Amino acid sequence: MSQVIKVGMADLNICKSPDIITTIGLGSCIGLTFYDPVTKVGGMVHYMLPDSTQMRNKSNVAKFADTGIEELLKKVIAAGASKSRLVAKMAGGARMFEMSGLSDVGNIGARNAEAAKKKLQELGIRLLASDTGLNYGRTVELHCETGEFYIKAVGKPIKII
Amino acid sequence: MGISLEEVNGMYLDVLKEIGNIGAGNATSAIASMLGIRIDMNVPSVRLIEVSKLGMAVGKEDDTIVGIFLEVENDIEGSMMFLLDIPSARYLVNCLMMTNTPAEEPFGEMELSALKEIGNIIAGSYLSALASLTNLVIAPSVPYISVDMAASILSVPAIMFGQYGDNALLIQTEICAEVKINGYFILMPEQGSYETLLKSLGISQ
Repeated sequence: MSQVIKVGMADLNICKSPDIITTIGLGSCIGLTFYDPVTKVGGMVHYMLPDSTQMRNKSNVAKFADTGIEELLKKVIAAGASKSRLVAKMAGGARMFEMSGLSDVGNIGARNAEAAKKKLQELGIRLLASDTGLNYGRTVELHCETGEFYIKAVGKPIKII
Repeated sequence: MGISLEEVNGMYLDVLKEIGNIGAGNATSAIASMLGIRIDMNVPSVRLIEVSKLGMAVGKEDDTIVGIFLEVENDIEGSMMFLLDIPSARYLVNCLMMTNTPAEEPFGEMELSALKEIGNIIAGSYLSALASLTNLVIAPSVPYISVDMAASILSVPAIMFGQYGDNALLIQTEICAEVKINGYFILMPEQGSYETLLKSLGISQ
Protein backbone atom coordinates (compact mmCIF):
# COMPACT_ATOMS: atom_id res chain seq x y z
CA MET A 1 0.00 0.00 0.00
CA SER A 2 1.37 3.35 -0.95
CA GLN A 3 0.92 6.37 1.23
CA VAL A 4 0.11 9.88 0.10
CA ILE A 5 2.27 12.60 1.62
CA LYS A 6 0.77 16.07 1.51
CA VAL A 7 2.81 19.21 1.03
CA GLY A 8 1.15 22.48 2.05
CA MET A 9 1.76 25.99 0.83
CA ALA A 10 5.29 27.18 1.68
CA ASP A 11 6.17 23.63 2.63
CA LEU A 12 8.42 20.79 1.44
CA ASN A 13 8.89 17.10 2.07
CA ILE A 14 10.55 13.96 0.74
CA CYS A 15 9.04 10.75 -0.52
CA LYS A 16 10.19 7.19 -1.28
CA SER A 17 8.72 4.50 -3.52
CA PRO A 18 5.95 3.29 -3.44
CA ASP A 19 4.61 6.49 -1.89
CA ILE A 20 3.08 9.50 -3.60
CA ILE A 21 3.76 13.13 -2.72
CA THR A 22 1.17 15.74 -3.57
CA THR A 23 0.23 19.38 -3.23
CA ILE A 24 -3.32 20.63 -3.80
CA GLY A 25 -4.42 23.66 -5.76
CA LEU A 26 -1.27 25.35 -6.99
CA GLY A 27 -2.18 28.79 -8.28
CA SER A 28 0.65 31.24 -8.86
CA CYS A 29 2.86 29.16 -6.60
CA ILE A 30 5.15 26.46 -7.99
CA GLY A 31 5.26 22.79 -7.08
CA LEU A 32 8.74 21.53 -7.95
CA THR A 33 9.89 17.95 -7.54
CA PHE A 34 13.24 16.19 -7.52
CA TYR A 35 13.45 12.51 -8.37
CA ASP A 36 16.22 9.95 -8.44
CA PRO A 37 15.06 7.14 -10.77
CA VAL A 38 17.54 4.61 -9.33
CA THR A 39 16.85 4.87 -5.60
CA LYS A 40 13.29 6.07 -6.35
CA VAL A 41 13.65 8.83 -3.81
CA GLY A 42 11.90 12.10 -4.53
CA GLY A 43 10.66 15.26 -2.90
CA MET A 44 8.50 18.28 -3.48
CA VAL A 45 8.61 21.95 -2.55
CA HIS A 46 5.58 24.26 -2.85
CA TYR A 47 7.00 27.77 -2.82
CA MET A 48 5.23 31.12 -3.16
CA LEU A 49 7.82 33.73 -4.07
CA PRO A 50 10.81 33.84 -6.44
CA ASP A 51 13.50 35.45 -4.33
CA SER A 52 14.33 35.43 -0.62
CA THR A 53 17.11 38.01 -0.91
CA GLN A 54 14.61 40.87 -1.15
CA MET A 55 12.82 39.83 2.03
CA ARG A 56 13.22 40.86 5.64
CA ASN A 57 11.52 37.82 7.08
CA LYS A 58 12.83 34.59 5.58
CA SER A 59 12.41 32.21 8.49
CA ASN A 60 10.46 29.76 6.33
CA VAL A 61 12.86 28.61 3.61
CA ALA A 62 10.10 26.75 1.73
CA LYS A 63 8.37 30.03 0.95
CA PHE A 64 10.98 31.05 -1.64
CA ALA A 65 12.30 29.48 -4.84
CA ASP A 66 15.99 29.95 -4.11
CA THR A 67 16.06 28.75 -0.50
CA GLY A 68 13.27 26.21 -0.95
CA ILE A 69 14.92 24.40 -3.86
CA GLU A 70 18.26 24.30 -2.00
CA GLU A 71 16.61 22.88 1.10
CA LEU A 72 14.74 20.25 -0.95
CA LEU A 73 18.02 19.21 -2.57
CA LYS A 74 19.64 18.72 0.86
CA LYS A 75 16.67 16.69 2.06
CA VAL A 76 16.47 14.31 -0.92
CA ILE A 77 20.22 13.71 -0.81
CA ALA A 78 20.01 12.96 2.90
CA ALA A 79 17.20 10.52 2.08
CA GLY A 80 19.38 8.59 -0.36
CA ALA A 81 19.11 10.36 -3.71
CA SER A 82 22.22 11.05 -5.76
CA LYS A 83 22.60 14.60 -7.03
CA SER A 84 24.03 13.49 -10.37
CA ARG A 85 20.95 11.38 -11.11
CA LEU A 86 18.37 13.91 -9.96
CA VAL A 87 15.83 15.25 -12.40
CA ALA A 88 13.33 18.03 -11.76
CA LYS A 89 9.74 18.58 -12.82
CA MET A 90 7.47 21.46 -12.00
CA ALA A 91 4.00 22.90 -12.45
CA GLY A 92 2.01 25.95 -11.35
CA GLY A 93 2.93 29.58 -11.83
CA ALA A 94 -0.49 30.46 -13.20
CA ARG A 95 -1.89 33.94 -13.63
CA MET A 96 -5.16 33.41 -11.77
CA PHE A 97 -6.65 36.83 -12.54
CA GLU A 98 -6.23 38.92 -15.65
CA MET A 99 -4.85 41.88 -13.74
CA SER A 100 -3.32 44.93 -15.29
CA GLY A 101 0.41 44.50 -15.73
CA LEU A 102 1.09 47.29 -13.23
CA SER A 103 1.69 45.23 -10.15
CA ASP A 104 4.53 42.78 -9.60
CA VAL A 105 1.94 40.37 -8.34
CA GLY A 106 0.28 40.25 -11.77
CA ASN A 107 3.15 38.26 -13.21
CA ILE A 108 4.36 36.57 -10.04
CA GLY A 109 3.54 33.15 -11.51
CA ALA A 110 5.88 33.67 -14.45
CA ARG A 111 8.58 35.05 -12.18
CA ASN A 112 8.22 32.01 -9.92
CA ALA A 113 8.75 29.67 -12.89
CA GLU A 114 11.76 31.69 -14.09
CA ALA A 115 13.30 31.54 -10.62
CA ALA A 116 13.17 27.73 -10.66
CA LYS A 117 14.90 27.52 -14.04
CA LYS A 118 17.62 29.84 -12.84
CA LYS A 119 18.18 27.94 -9.61
CA LEU A 120 18.22 24.54 -11.36
CA GLN A 121 20.77 25.77 -13.84
CA GLU A 122 22.93 27.05 -11.01
CA LEU A 123 22.69 23.66 -9.27
CA GLY A 124 23.25 21.75 -12.51
CA ILE A 125 20.00 19.78 -12.27
CA ARG A 126 18.04 19.02 -15.40
CA LEU A 127 14.44 20.23 -15.70
CA LEU A 128 12.88 17.20 -17.38
CA ALA A 129 9.37 18.59 -17.86
CA SER A 130 7.17 21.43 -16.76
CA ASP A 131 3.63 22.71 -17.08
CA THR A 132 3.45 26.33 -15.97
CA GLY A 133 1.60 29.56 -16.72
CA LEU A 134 -1.91 29.97 -18.17
CA ASN A 135 -4.81 30.88 -15.93
CA TYR A 136 -5.90 27.85 -13.95
CA GLY A 137 -5.06 26.03 -10.73
CA ARG A 138 -3.30 22.66 -10.63
CA THR A 139 -3.12 19.78 -8.17
CA VAL A 140 0.08 17.80 -8.67
CA GLU A 141 1.37 14.37 -7.60
CA LEU A 142 4.78 12.77 -7.91
CA HIS A 143 4.57 8.97 -7.97
CA CYS A 144 7.89 7.77 -6.57
CA GLU A 145 7.43 4.28 -7.96
CA THR A 146 7.61 5.56 -11.54
CA GLY A 147 8.71 9.20 -11.36
CA GLU A 148 5.51 10.20 -13.13
CA PHE A 149 4.19 13.65 -12.36
CA TYR A 150 0.39 13.97 -12.49
CA ILE A 151 -1.37 17.28 -13.05
CA LYS A 152 -5.07 17.68 -12.30
CA ALA A 153 -7.10 20.80 -13.06
CA VAL A 154 -10.79 21.68 -12.81
CA GLY A 155 -12.63 20.59 -15.96
CA LYS A 156 -9.51 19.26 -17.68
CA PRO A 157 -8.22 15.74 -18.31
CA ILE A 158 -5.38 14.47 -16.12
CA LYS A 159 -1.99 15.23 -17.61
CA ILE A 160 1.15 13.19 -16.94
CA ILE A 161 4.56 14.70 -17.55
CA MET B 1 9.07 52.11 9.18
CA GLY B 2 5.60 50.87 8.26
CA ILE B 3 3.33 48.98 10.57
CA SER B 4 3.15 45.30 9.73
CA LEU B 5 0.13 43.09 10.02
CA GLU B 6 1.76 41.29 12.94
CA GLU B 7 1.60 44.48 14.99
CA VAL B 8 -2.02 45.10 14.23
CA ASN B 9 -3.98 44.72 17.42
CA GLY B 10 -7.38 43.45 18.39
CA MET B 11 -8.88 46.92 18.36
CA TYR B 12 -8.02 47.32 14.71
CA LEU B 13 -9.76 44.04 13.96
CA ASP B 14 -12.86 45.30 15.77
CA VAL B 15 -12.80 48.49 13.73
CA LEU B 16 -12.47 46.51 10.50
CA LYS B 17 -15.36 44.33 11.58
CA GLU B 18 -17.48 47.40 12.19
CA ILE B 19 -16.52 48.79 8.79
CA GLY B 20 -17.47 45.41 7.40
CA ASN B 21 -20.89 45.67 8.99
CA ILE B 22 -21.46 49.17 7.65
CA GLY B 23 -20.22 48.10 4.22
CA ALA B 24 -22.49 45.09 4.40
CA GLY B 25 -25.39 47.42 5.11
CA ASN B 26 -24.59 49.44 1.99
CA ALA B 27 -24.20 46.32 -0.11
CA THR B 28 -27.47 44.94 1.16
CA SER B 29 -29.52 47.76 -0.26
CA ALA B 30 -27.56 47.78 -3.54
CA ILE B 31 -27.98 44.06 -4.06
CA ALA B 32 -31.55 44.03 -2.85
CA SER B 33 -32.52 46.56 -5.51
CA MET B 34 -30.48 44.78 -8.20
CA LEU B 35 -31.71 41.28 -7.42
CA GLY B 36 -35.16 42.17 -6.19
CA ILE B 37 -34.72 40.05 -3.08
CA ARG B 38 -34.46 40.96 0.56
CA ILE B 39 -31.10 40.11 2.04
CA ASP B 40 -29.26 40.65 5.29
CA MET B 41 -25.51 40.76 5.47
CA ASN B 42 -23.29 40.73 8.47
CA VAL B 43 -19.67 40.20 9.34
CA PRO B 44 -19.43 37.54 12.01
CA SER B 45 -15.66 37.39 12.16
CA VAL B 46 -12.47 39.16 11.24
CA ARG B 47 -9.30 37.24 11.85
CA LEU B 48 -5.63 36.98 11.13
CA ILE B 49 -4.65 33.73 9.55
CA GLU B 50 -1.28 32.22 8.69
CA VAL B 51 -0.50 32.70 5.01
CA SER B 52 0.32 29.02 4.56
CA LYS B 53 -3.12 28.07 5.93
CA LEU B 54 -5.05 30.53 3.78
CA GLY B 55 -5.76 27.87 1.15
CA MET B 56 -7.85 25.97 3.69
CA ALA B 57 -9.54 29.01 5.23
CA VAL B 58 -12.78 28.94 3.28
CA GLY B 59 -13.34 25.21 2.98
CA LYS B 60 -11.53 22.33 1.35
CA GLU B 61 -8.47 23.24 -0.72
CA ASP B 62 -9.74 21.57 -3.88
CA ASP B 63 -13.34 22.77 -3.64
CA THR B 64 -14.21 24.93 -6.60
CA ILE B 65 -15.04 28.48 -5.53
CA VAL B 66 -15.58 31.86 -7.15
CA GLY B 67 -13.00 34.58 -6.56
CA ILE B 68 -13.52 38.21 -7.56
CA PHE B 69 -10.45 40.37 -7.42
CA LEU B 70 -10.17 44.16 -7.45
CA GLU B 71 -7.21 46.45 -7.23
CA VAL B 72 -7.50 49.46 -4.93
CA GLU B 73 -5.84 52.78 -5.62
CA ASN B 74 -5.41 56.36 -4.43
CA ASP B 75 -4.89 56.99 -0.68
CA ILE B 76 -4.70 53.28 -0.02
CA GLU B 77 -2.85 51.04 -2.45
CA GLY B 78 -3.55 47.36 -2.52
CA SER B 79 -6.20 44.94 -3.58
CA MET B 80 -9.16 43.07 -2.29
CA MET B 81 -10.82 39.79 -3.00
CA PHE B 82 -14.34 38.57 -2.53
CA LEU B 83 -14.93 34.82 -2.37
CA LEU B 84 -18.14 32.85 -2.71
CA ASP B 85 -18.84 29.15 -2.62
CA ILE B 86 -20.49 27.72 -5.75
CA PRO B 87 -24.03 27.24 -4.38
CA SER B 88 -24.03 30.84 -3.10
CA ALA B 89 -22.68 32.20 -6.38
CA ARG B 90 -25.20 30.16 -8.37
CA TYR B 91 -28.03 31.38 -6.16
CA LEU B 92 -27.10 35.04 -6.66
CA VAL B 93 -26.73 34.59 -10.42
CA ASN B 94 -30.07 32.83 -10.64
CA CYS B 95 -31.70 35.70 -8.74
CA LEU B 96 -30.08 38.30 -10.97
CA MET B 97 -30.77 36.57 -14.27
CA MET B 98 -34.10 35.13 -13.23
CA THR B 99 -32.98 31.62 -14.11
CA ASN B 100 -33.19 28.36 -12.26
CA THR B 101 -29.93 26.67 -13.25
CA PRO B 102 -28.65 23.95 -10.87
CA ALA B 103 -25.41 24.57 -8.95
CA GLU B 104 -23.51 21.81 -10.81
CA GLU B 105 -23.84 23.62 -14.14
CA PRO B 106 -20.67 25.59 -15.05
CA PHE B 107 -21.02 29.38 -15.38
CA GLY B 108 -21.40 30.84 -18.87
CA GLU B 109 -19.92 34.13 -20.08
CA MET B 110 -23.02 36.14 -19.17
CA GLU B 111 -23.20 34.55 -15.76
CA LEU B 112 -19.56 35.27 -15.06
CA SER B 113 -20.05 38.90 -15.88
CA ALA B 114 -23.14 38.97 -13.64
CA LEU B 115 -20.99 37.56 -10.83
CA LYS B 116 -18.33 40.18 -11.47
CA GLU B 117 -21.00 42.81 -11.08
CA ILE B 118 -22.25 41.31 -7.83
CA GLY B 119 -18.69 41.15 -6.52
CA ASN B 120 -18.13 44.70 -7.64
CA ILE B 121 -21.16 45.94 -5.73
CA ILE B 122 -20.32 44.06 -2.57
CA ALA B 123 -16.66 45.04 -2.63
CA GLY B 124 -17.51 48.61 -3.62
CA SER B 125 -19.93 48.92 -0.71
CA TYR B 126 -17.27 47.76 1.70
CA LEU B 127 -14.73 50.18 0.27
CA SER B 128 -17.10 53.13 0.35
CA ALA B 129 -17.84 52.42 4.02
CA LEU B 130 -14.11 52.36 4.63
CA ALA B 131 -13.60 55.55 2.63
CA SER B 132 -16.32 57.51 4.41
CA LEU B 133 -15.14 56.43 7.86
CA THR B 134 -11.53 57.31 7.16
CA ASN B 135 -12.01 60.28 4.83
CA LEU B 136 -9.62 58.59 2.45
CA VAL B 137 -10.08 58.34 -1.28
CA ILE B 138 -10.23 54.65 -2.15
CA ALA B 139 -11.00 53.72 -5.73
CA PRO B 140 -11.48 50.15 -6.89
CA SER B 141 -10.45 48.89 -10.35
CA VAL B 142 -12.64 46.84 -12.63
CA PRO B 143 -13.22 43.37 -11.16
CA TYR B 144 -11.47 40.21 -12.36
CA ILE B 145 -12.97 36.79 -11.83
CA SER B 146 -11.75 33.22 -11.47
CA VAL B 147 -13.68 30.00 -10.84
CA ASP B 148 -11.18 27.42 -9.68
CA MET B 149 -9.83 25.44 -6.74
CA ALA B 150 -9.93 27.37 -3.45
CA ALA B 151 -6.22 26.90 -2.81
CA SER B 152 -5.32 28.18 -6.30
CA ILE B 153 -7.44 31.30 -5.99
CA LEU B 154 -6.20 31.92 -2.47
CA SER B 155 -2.60 31.61 -3.59
CA VAL B 156 -2.98 35.14 -4.96
CA PRO B 157 -3.68 36.85 -1.60
CA ALA B 158 -1.30 34.40 0.12
CA ILE B 159 1.51 35.61 -2.13
CA MET B 160 0.57 39.25 -1.61
CA PHE B 161 0.62 38.91 2.17
CA GLY B 162 3.57 36.56 1.99
CA GLN B 163 5.75 39.34 0.61
CA TYR B 164 5.45 41.24 3.88
CA GLY B 165 4.89 38.67 6.58
CA ASP B 166 3.29 35.42 7.56
CA ASN B 167 -0.29 36.51 8.24
CA ALA B 168 -3.29 37.48 6.15
CA LEU B 169 -6.48 39.26 7.13
CA LEU B 170 -9.74 37.44 6.47
CA ILE B 171 -13.16 39.03 6.87
CA GLN B 172 -16.00 36.55 6.85
CA THR B 173 -19.36 37.72 5.53
CA GLU B 174 -22.73 36.14 5.91
CA ILE B 175 -25.46 37.05 3.52
CA CYS B 176 -28.86 35.80 4.51
CA ALA B 177 -31.50 35.61 1.85
CA GLU B 178 -33.82 32.66 1.33
CA VAL B 179 -30.68 30.57 1.56
CA LYS B 180 -27.58 31.33 3.57
CA ILE B 181 -24.79 32.72 1.47
CA ASN B 182 -21.18 32.35 2.51
CA GLY B 183 -18.72 34.95 1.40
CA TYR B 184 -15.29 36.14 2.45
CA PHE B 185 -13.43 39.36 1.95
CA ILE B 186 -9.70 39.55 1.94
CA LEU B 187 -8.27 43.00 2.20
CA MET B 188 -4.69 43.38 1.04
CA PRO B 189 -3.21 46.81 1.60
CA GLU B 190 0.31 47.36 0.31
CA GLN B 191 3.03 47.89 2.88
CA GLY B 192 2.63 51.44 4.17
CA SER B 193 -1.10 51.58 3.58
CA TYR B 194 -1.77 49.98 6.98
CA GLU B 195 -0.32 52.99 8.65
CA THR B 196 -2.46 55.34 6.54
CA LEU B 197 -5.50 53.26 7.40
CA LEU B 198 -4.78 53.10 11.13
CA LYS B 199 -3.97 56.82 11.35
CA SER B 200 -7.18 57.73 9.58
CA LEU B 201 -9.11 55.53 11.95
CA GLY B 202 -7.48 57.31 14.89
CA ILE B 203 -5.86 54.16 16.19
CA SER B 204 -2.26 55.03 15.50
CA GLN B 205 -0.49 58.38 15.88
